[in-house]
Amino acid sequence: MADTKKLVGQNYTTPDLLAKVMGRAKYAEDFRADGMLFARLLLSPLPHARIRTIDTSAAEAIPGVRAILRASELPAPADTVTDLGETIRANPMAERALSDEPVYAGEPVLAVAAVDEETAAAAIEAIHIEWEALPFVVDPLVSLRPDGPSPRVEGNSWGRAPAEPGKPPGPLVVQPIKWTADDFAEFDQGKLPMGTPQIDWSYGDVEAGFTNAALVLDETFSMANNQHHVLEPRSALAYWRGDKLHVHTGTQSAVQTVASISRWMNIPAEQVVLITEYTGGGFGSRATGAVICMVPAMLAKKANAPVMLRITREEEQYIGGIRPGMHGRVKAGFAKDGRLTALDLYLIGENSAYEAQNDSASGGRFISLLYQPPAMRSRSITVLTNTPPRRAQSQPGGLQAIMIVEPVIAKAARQLGIDQVEMRRLNAPEGKALWGPAARDGKRGYVTSAFLKEALDKGAELFDWKTRVARSGKKNGSTVRGAGVAVSTFVAGSTGFDGLFVIKPDGKMYVKSGVGNLGTESVFDVHRVAAEMLGLRWDQVEVAWGDTSQPLPWTCVSGGSQTTHAMTRAAHAAASDAIAKAQEIAAQTLGGSPASYRVADGRVSAGGRSMSLADVATKAIELGGKYDGHTLPENLNKVTTAAATTLAGQGLMGVARDTYPRDGTSVSFVAGFAEVEVDVETGAYKVLDYTAVGDSGTIIHPRAYGGQLLGRSVLGMSHALALKTVYDQHYGLPLATRLHHSRPPTIMDIPRNMQWAAVDLPDPETPVGARGIGEPPVAAGACAILNALAAALGDDVFKRAPVTLDSLLMALEHGRPMQEPLTAHI
Amino acid sequence: MSHDDAPRLHDTPAAVSRRNFIKGVIAGGVAVSSSAYLFRSSALVSGQARSGAVERLLTLTVNGQTRRVDVAPQETLAMTLRYKLGLTGTKLGCDRAECGACTVLVDDVPRYACSVLTHSVRTRKVQTIEGLADPDGTLHPVQAGVVLEQGFQCAFCMSGFIMATVGYLKKHPSPTREELAHGVSGNLCRCQDYDKILTALHRGSELARGVSRG
Repeated sequence: MADTKKLVGQNYTTPDLLAKVMGRAKYAEDFRADGMLFARLLLSPLPHARIRTIDTSAAEAIPGVRAILRASELPAPADTVTDLGETIRANPMAERALSDEPVYAGEPVLAVAAVDEETAAAAIEAIHIEWEALPFVVDPLVSLRPDGPSPRVEGNSWGRAPAEPGKPPGPLVVQPIKWTADDFAEFDQGKLPMGTPQIDWSYGDVEAGFTNAALVLDETFSMANNQHHVLEPRSALAYWRGDKLHVHTGTQSAVQTVASISRWMNIPAEQVVLITEYTGGGFGSRATGAVICMVPAMLAKKANAPVMLRITREEEQYIGGIRPGMHGRVKAGFAKDGRLTALDLYLIGENSAYEAQNDSASGGRFISLLYQPPAMRSRSITVLTNTPPRRAQSQPGGLQAIMIVEPVIAKAARQLGIDQVEMRRLNAPEGKALWGPAARDGKRGYVTSAFLKEALDKGAELFDWKTRVARSGKKNGSTVRGAGVAVSTFVAGSTGFDGLFVIKPDGKMYVKSGVGNLGTESVFDVHRVAAEMLGLRWDQVEVAWGDTSQPLPWTCVSGGSQTTHAMTRAAHAAASDAIAKAQEIAAQTLGGSPASYRVADGRVSAGGRSMSLADVATKAIELGGKYDGHTLPENLNKVTTAAATTLAGQGLMGVARDTYPRDGTSVSFVAGFAEVEVDVETGAYKVLDYTAVGDSGTIIHPRAYGGQLLGRSVLGMSHALALKTVYDQHYGLPLATRLHHSRPPTIMDIPRNMQWAAVDLPDPETPVGARGIGEPPVAAGACAILNALAAALGDDVFKRAPVTLDSLLMALEHGRPMQEPLTAHI
Repeated sequence: MSHDDAPRLHDTPAAVSRRNFIKGVIAGGVAVSSSAYLFRSSALVSGQARSGAVERLLTLTVNGQTRRVDVAPQETLAMTLRYKLGLTGTKLGCDRAECGACTVLVDDVPRYACSVLTHSVRTRKVQTIEGLADPDGTLHPVQAGVVLEQGFQCAFCMSGFIMATVGYLKKHPSPTREELAHGVSGNLCRCQDYDKILTALHRGSELARGVSRG
């Protein structure tokens, strides 16, 4: 092993890996409890309906049936009180675990618990429901038509009633929005209608930008809705011990999912114990757990026995979550040299009839950062339909907006005769680059740092861009190759969370990690910062995670690439706290001033004086007070205070909140490079090679980083290659109900030897220099493929993604895009 | 998965015909909810969907051990392993032979345990992820390769990938990266960590051959 004291930037074996390779790692469905019952769900057969009559008597008569749970028995969701004491009212129209008025086909209606699954399934079959079918719609543009149907009786969009002067805005309500026939005038030409939006912001003089442009493009592009397809379905085991609810389930945050369960169940957080050591994928869909875990929790209460709810793949397709599909229109002006002069973006996002996953609203902001247009307008609307819940998915909003704009940048570069890498360099953000519209103070926000140009340069060299461009577009038999580059960005770090660990008299560091373990390894990686600062070897560190009956500190959700940034800061704060305490203890014990002591190699030393951290820990217990956690900082989150209180008196405590300053928003960047080969006689194409370069500050764990950078790139590729939902517009029913219907990529779909690299320049606004990398690879992967296809085949061959074999073949035969440009779910 | 060399499972008891298996699936399903999991552990329920007299008490050879187990006629191997034998390392991702997370070896050949009837493996040798390491804890070379390369992210697919690789290597001990990719192409990873996974599994194939690398 190399320098064992240096942990940051080194590869290592994570503490969970051995259990995983031995088959011992327990995911939710791997737990058993005495007398465990099994639950099954009854799903809605219709896209929108009400229960007119229901007869459960035959089901109840089946031996072995223990409980039937109806939507009416679910507790009303509780209001949320934020850390600042602000009350957020529960939304009465939000998604719940069960519903008597399902708003999408496949929505859970009721549940049965029985002694085994076969009995529960038989009981579900024996339940007779007479449905009252209600109007439905599964296409946002159909719903926006003047006479279009709405997915809810109340309408097709979320809004607020106009606030009275001086009063706070009213609660969120569903309202109808219908556009005029004039708005749809260009629909048949494949041009996106642009009626009254919900959000409309701009900066700079957009019209002047177009007037002064050498080239103006106006393009419409659509990208499909995509399921998350986590491999572990959101199964859950629940039981009660006294008034304490125990839930075993997968989640992206151990700590914050407790708050979700508490809110859904309307019980105090202190009554919730969550066991979630391993999670089989999240990608945003399990940000703070899944509401379906209420079903076994309520059934367990009703039947007075543990209940396991195993979610099937088909059920997962319905309740697991979908990234909002989006239609977009871009008008972009370019100077002769390739610089953007103005950009006008309109995004129409689709949503279920439940809470808005408002990706359309956030997309424009990322475009303003990525290409730095001097003037920009961004409009958007999110339209509700009778389709399954939309949830955040890797790079939410950023992916869709970039997929809609990147092909336009590529087309402009081709028309202006500018190299694609150079085109992106020209328009790339630098340093504390501005983004988004002006805030209330009239000033635009900015990011902490941007090294996208460096990423492009590094990638172009690694990928041998010039050689590949030279052969791009040249036919060889029936095949033609194309090389594409794309840039991408997303937010990559939050602040203000807590770090917590104890160094015990055995000299070891016992870290409490509240991070969810969904495979990114940040649950362990971030704590190597603290270990390194204290000069400890990694084998002197024990990490506890994934069980909230153990004391865990207030921790960010592992979503939106927050964790590496947020929790390395928290780990740094806790380590700094422990070092300061160790210096004071050494000074008190050995003499001298605290500042003269240095912590290294597990010792606290100054000149010839030195004591081990083990002895410091013993001394900390003797001294008590802040040293062993009997007195705690007042600015900690209450979750951390409760956790630290139970750990008091065990050794030297490192506990602190991240209060480090940060000037700007933390974002990461990726440049992606792809080469494809298309067979123009069959429409089949293959991704030959791919390289991704990340700009996300200092690298904490290279292997995990590479896994994220390439893994999320492949997710992006799947958006270009195959992944989509399919709905029957007439009946409002899903046609893609299994994995192979929407086709996530297999190992055969991706290049055999992909490359990754990082700029590896530290972020100047965070002490460890590290930001997250989970999100921005996605759009880079997706758009590098789209741009490579266009480089091979020319512009205007496809106008929507995924680009499938049949759509390519049809377009090549007819010389123009043949798919309906603006129909959803095809 | 490479099924070209899979033996035919010809000794399926007559009473557990394909038709009865399908009937059982239908009986357990619902029009929309399509009950994907059958579970017949309980003797409490009268067997309306049950299909005649089949010996339920089977002797199975799993991970080198002989296990007596009560198995319903249409029970899948994945369910027996997970719910009767406590071998939860075999994961269920789809229960319909799409994802490969449940891959185990039956007579050294990778099989989707969600789509194999337990009754059909009575005389066969079943190996799961739990049976790969030596009793003293020494990892199988493929497991060791994964540890060395920090392969996989969430790892829900990991057992299936490792078992598919172990099975593939029995017939193809020196695969190229491309060949090994074919060998595990019946396994889905939704973290999409394929590149690192392939590196780890290929390292495992090298370790199995005793190839050392600095």
